[in-house]
Amino acid sequence: MKFWVAAAAACTLLAACTHTPTKPSTAKATKSFNFAEDPYPSTYAALPSRSVLIRHATVLTGTGERIDDGDVLLRNGQVAAVGHDLAVPDDAHIVEANGKWVTPGIIDVHSHLGVYPSPGMNAHSDGNEATQPVTPNVWAEHSVWPQDPGFSTALAAGVTTLQVLPGSANLIGGRGVTLKNVPATTYQAMKFPGAPWGLKMACGENPKRVYASRGPSTRMGNVAGYRAAFADAAEYMKKRNSDGEEGGKRDLKNDTLAGALHGDIRVHIHCYRADEMSTMIDLSKEFGFKIAAFHHAVEAYKIADKLSKEGICGALWADWWGFKMEAFDGIQENVALVDRVPGSCAIVHSDSAEGIQRLNQEAAKVIANARRVGIPVTPEHAIQWITLNPAKSMGIDQRTGSLEVGKMADVVIWNGSPFSSYALAEHVYIDGAEVYDRSNKSLQPKSDFLLGQDLMTGGAR
Amino acid sequence: MNRRVVRAVAAVSIALFASQAAAQDVLIRNAKVHTATAKGTLENSDVLVRGGKIAAIGRGLNAPGVQSVDAGGKPLTPTLFGGVSEIGIEEVSGEESTVDSGLALGAGSKDMQVRPEFDVTLAYNPASVLVPVARVEGIGWTVLGAIPRSGGSIIGGQGGIVRLDGSMDPIGARMLFVNLGSEADGLSGLSRAAQWMILDQLIDELNGRIAPNSHFAKLTPAGRTALRKYIGGGGRVVFRVHRAVDIVRALRWSKKHNVRIALIGASEAWRVADQIAAAKVPVLVDSLANLPGNFDQVFATEESAARLRAAGVIVTFSQGGDDQSHNARKMRQVAGNAVAHGMSWNDAFDAMTRVPAQVFGVSNQMGSIAVGQRADLVLWTGDPLDVGQVAEQVWLDGRAIPMKSRQTELRDRYLNSNDSGLPPAYR
Repeated sequence: MKFWVAAAAACTLLAACTHTPTKPSTAKATKSFNFAEDPYPSTYAALPSRSVLIRHATVLTGTGERIDDGDVLLRNGQVAAVGHDLAVPDDAHIVEANGKWVTPGIIDVHSHLGVYPSPGMNAHSDGNEATQPVTPNVWAEHSVWPQDPGFSTALAAGVTTLQVLPGSANLIGGRGVTLKNVPATTYQAMKFPGAPWGLKMACGENPKRVYASRGPSTRMGNVAGYRAAFADAAEYMKKRNSDGEEGGKRDLKNDTLAGALHGDIRVHIHCYRADEMSTMIDLSKEFGFKIAAFHHAVEAYKIADKLSKEGICGALWADWWGFKMEAFDGIQENVALVDRVPGSCAIVHSDSAEGIQRLNQEAAKVIANARRVGIPVTPEHAIQWITLNPAKSMGIDQRTGSLEVGKMADVVIWNGSPFSSYALAEHVYIDGAEVYDRSNKSLQPKSDFLLGQDLMTGGAR
Repeated sequence: MNRRVVRAVAAVSIALFASQAAAQDVLIRNAKVHTATAKGTLENSDVLVRGGKIAAIGRGLNAPGVQSVDAGGKPLTPTLFGGVSEIGIEEVSGEESTVDSGLALGAGSKDMQVRPEFDVTLAYNPASVLVPVARVEGIGWTVLGAIPRSGGSIIGGQGGIVRLDGSMDPIGARMLFVNLGSEADGLSGLSRAAQWMILDQLIDELNGRIAPNSHFAKLTPAGRTALRKYIGGGGRVVFRVHRAVDIVRALRWSKKHNVRIALIGASEAWRVADQIAAAKVPVLVDSLANLPGNFDQVFATEESAARLRAAGVIVTFSQGGDDQSHNARKMRQVAGNAVAHGMSWNDAFDAMTRVPAQVFGVSNQMGSIAVGQRADLVLWTGDPLDVGQVAEQVWLDGRAIPMKSRQTELRDRYLNSNDSGLPPAYR
């Protein structure tokens, strides 16, 4: 169908991420200019909460463990205890969760909520600065419309944290931002405090298509474009880091790229084909940055060993394929084949306002297809594809992504196993505050956009 | 009968003969048979297939000499409906040369080309890799939709039903596809109001109020013949439309001209469910579409199917997203989510089997497990509407189809490493 072009422009353009624990040696100059300072800082503050003790649930901790008949205590916005038969604190609200399942909040590493919001109006098309192929100077957060009704529907699906990325029109599309999925009037009030930015890059067909007439129009043109940009950034970084150098006027493009070279901004790369991912890995080594994740990566299963060896996450769909040539080799076991390699980091991502609402179901499809080929996957393992692993790729795994004492109390209570068509999130907590309750309309946020649309009751006559 | 029709009839006969010749007999024992009939679900039952058709259903059936399969109590269903898709009329969405789903004779000019005679099933490629990809997931048949596109008109043309058994020709009657609302206003002078003006003019042309040689006339002679079949109680016209008030106008228009319509998309149909039910108009919804994607879909909700059904509307499903063809298998998720949001399992299951067969006029041969029906069957590992389960075996006309697709071949190539030291291309 034809809609794919718009959809691809909106969504599937993203790609790689880099992440980065270790900084490249060239970047570690003595002065260490801060390329990742934040002039648009988070104003996020946890919503009011009370202590909550969830009891007698099947708990998937997000660390690979399952606790049957388990309890989880949320206190002061943090996970205070996880285990069996926890003592009942005096001030705790008790949630009897027999038959329910509890997981960490769902995390989507690849979303365009807010930058390609609903309704999908021309005026809302804010995800691709498709005016030149290299735009590391743009920041997705400056496009986010906090009233996108998609935030609320994602919240009702247990999504507590998401990375909003620029689209994939550009070789280097700009900075992505990590948000806590709380209703807010400004994006700053959603901004995950201290989360590193992601740098969105894209390889393959999207930049080729968008810039066909002026270039790059080929894959080799794409690579030349990345190399030129990073060569400039390396020189800029060296200059600004050198002792006694004032550095001259700031360059916003190079600020971002230098941040990536420095390891402060994590590189997320939209890339489909195995051969192209390999090229991007070589590129990262040529310039000394680390790739956090390949996104979409429809052919990741062909190079699963290599991704693990390089410490690169695969942020993948359960079943998307065929909408363009570079997606023609999609298989339903992609996540499972990446996941089975020791030391790997498999992620189920959405890139979709629909998919983000059902990441648990997407994971369920992977489990079912893996089982068919003799690869058993337990629920306690699979939950990591949509909790801890995306958190790792985003550099926030020390604070969220699993139910461990001291982490943010980002928690979902499901009506049963989350890996089913019938699974629904019943309660969602962010930093210990209940932000969604399926049985309580007053705890179901509604966008300003939807307000007052239904005043003509009764419909057309 | 003109020569073209004779030739078409002959082709259909040959296809039927060929598939019957290849059909097998099989006895599937001990299944949880979801019949999609008034008999409901039969535990521990057997289904006997002879000559590609269902010959008997019951317990302890005996058929000496017939190959038998023990279902182990697992669910057996009719093959599922793939929704309105472009399976076999597009290969790679982004590659124009592989996409045949729409007509754009007027592209680049301002002349609207109204061609209801356009029959998209003539582009169907049964050898498309999309066909096995869908059918190994239990999708046995789909409606090929003709999609209005720039350079065409709000009338996309005719589509039809294809079974995913490798046969070339569609079954059943054709249906006409028309797009209404804001998504089609680029094809109607930038206003949805003009959509009714254009449709009324076409009626005028059929009625002779506009002479065929008038410079106002929009239809070719073949177009008049084709369109006439759908006016006055003939074939099914499928309106793709979302906004509640547009739906009501469609009901009014179809009543006035005695047109049997169906609605697809229909995000806001639930708001006017009583009127739709009274008009006995079937609706194809997407239970995953719950966002206000545009101003025609402000009231989209996951509860759409349940609310329509509760009002007595005939409900089935079709995906509304970008990829109802490559991911036709996602229809199960659409149905399962309807259940999660209030539809009964039986209604959702019927909506994937018997109901679409009735809506599109082929229920006499498929869509349920009953004696005399085609043996298009699926054995599942568990609940077919749950994404956590998969199809174990599919039969079409009683033939067990190979549970392989290009995707499973790719998977198997990379599933196990080989010791030969040679690249994957040698596996």
